[in-house]
Amino acid sequence: MKRSPVFLISVLCFGFAFFYIPILSMIFFSFNESRLATVWGGFSTKWYVALWKNKQVMTALILSVQIALLSATFATILGTMAGVALARFRKFRGRTFFSGMVNAPLIMPEVITGISMLMLFILMAETVGWPGARGFTTITLAHITFAMVYVTTIVHSRMLSADRSIEEAAMDLGSRPWQVMRDVTLPVISPAILSGWLLAFTISLDDVVISSFVTGPGYTTLPLLIWSKVKLGVTPDINALATIIVVTVAVVVAIAGTVMARAERRRAAEERLAYRDNG
Amino acid sequence: MTSPSHDSRLAQWFHRRGWSDITIAIPYGWLLLFFLVPFVIVVAMSVATRTPTAPPFGFGGEHPWVNLTGYQRLFTDDLYIRAFLTSLTNAAAATVFCLLIGYPMALGLTRVSKGWRNILLMLVILPFWTSFLLRVYAWMGLMGSSSWFNKMLTGAWNGLVPVDWAVKSIPMMHTNFAVVLVMVYTYLPFMILPLFANLERLDPTLDEAAMDLGTRPFGVFWDVTLPQSIPGIIAGGMLVFIPAAGELVIPSLVGDAGSPMIGRVIQDEFSSARDWPMASTVAVALLILMVGPTMIYSHFQGRAEARPKQDEGQRVTDSDLVTGATP
Repeated sequence: MKRSPVFLISVLCFGFAFFYIPILSMIFFSFNESRLATVWGGFSTKWYVALWKNKQVMTALILSVQIALLSATFATILGTMAGVALARFRKFRGRTFFSGMVNAPLIMPEVITGISMLMLFILMAETVGWPGARGFTTITLAHITFAMVYVTTIVHSRMLSADRSIEEAAMDLGSRPWQVMRDVTLPVISPAILSGWLLAFTISLDDVVISSFVTGPGYTTLPLLIWSKVKLGVTPDINALATIIVVTVAVVVAIAGTVMARAERRRAAEERLAYRDNG
Repeated sequence: MTSPSHDSRLAQWFHRRGWSDITIAIPYGWLLLFFLVPFVIVVAMSVATRTPTAPPFGFGGEHPWVNLTGYQRLFTDDLYIRAFLTSLTNAAAATVFCLLIGYPMALGLTRVSKGWRNILLMLVILPFWTSFLLRVYAWMGLMGSSSWFNKMLTGAWNGLVPVDWAVKSIPMMHTNFAVVLVMVYTYLPFMILPLFANLERLDPTLDEAAMDLGTRPFGVFWDVTLPQSIPGIIAGGMLVFIPAAGELVIPSLVGDAGSPMIGRVIQDEFSSARDWPMASTVAVALLILMVGPTMIYSHFQGRAEARPKQDEGQRVTDSDLVTGATP
């Protein structure tokens, strides 16, 4: 490795301080005794206790997790189909248009996605009478649509980078097409499917803008609840809630990242070994 | 890996059995219904006429089928012009600052040892997975007039500037400065990751060759590294600029209510003013503004993909992709 210039090291230090000081400050003030969110009044965990007893927060959390589980699963199924179709079926009618529709939502401002979905649901309710009321169904449908394009992108690029000759070889060796799918293609793209699901789950759990448009009375997801509270200012109970979320996400991402990196290394090592032995 | 233009035998088999039709039709149909149809509704709504009834729009009858007064108002009403200018300048400022902070960080990441690099990359990716709303919220805690951060700044300033210039607190909340600062904070990973992916692939022997030929370190950067990293700069710039221009959450929480950004205007027209046609008109205008930069982006992406397979060995992993290649 090259010797690291002092300038770049100090920029890195500054950058990571910039990334983490706001979050650490928020965590610190979640243990504040004082009601005032920004003035230190001694150590206390009372905001965590208050949070535990807060029914509103628990209801919102449960709703959010239900929607995220459901929409991530459907988004993964639809996104995987789309990714496989784009990567493996070179020619079908409207392919360019299809790939355009897959990419467009990625750059569409969320506010426009939200408004267009709401208009669709309102007009559908008026013309075909479904969905009757806005809430669980409409949020889930919107999240599926929004998240599936991310899954598509991930699965598509994974399939493009996967070596098709292994599939061909399996066919040559007499495997049935379904066997090839199950034993060759699926294992290769399964990390992509898994990270797609995780991303879809996170996107759904984190979404404020689109949910705020397509939700109805009585359906407040956790981000919507936080959003409505945060608009009024900084409070210690939100600091506590934010701390729990941030720490949970950090732990899950750290574990997932380590596991995936290890699996990736193992796969790469196995591939190298296979090529060395046979090539 | 470039794929051959013909389908594999496996794909052909699925074609013959009709499985490919199902695999294509289901997601295709879904996107038609939940992406294309809503989009068409917005475009149609942008030329509708506003009515006081419910639903608050009309076509035909006493209303013209195509009503372009909304588009006229875009150019004549000061509100929209100012909102577009605010959005574009804020997004451009955020992009420039992300580049100024992110470029040296990405370059620094390529220079540290492998072990450190993985840890630091994880630390760049981590905020990306953490709730966006909460990252905005974290800054609200710092920018308030009684926060330790604000006091530290004024304290430091009090020592540096003449006493009669001293300020009690810096008004940061509800300013365009706050919007740009928080946008830089939340979008910085989008700048760092594509730049890092780009810089990591550069051939270090070119730097060494330039050094051997007597170029000074800054000259190496300016003449060798920078020109090669333009695709990364453009990718990162687009990933920051496009969402920043349409941003709704950040300006509503820390922005100046007197100079709203365009996302806020769309929401207000739709919800408070109940002017669906005008909200749609502004939305279409914003989309048109986005199309230009996006086409430049895909042009460069297409060029990068068409390049010979020099980076065959360095396959991008899925976790990189989640964080790097998608906005």
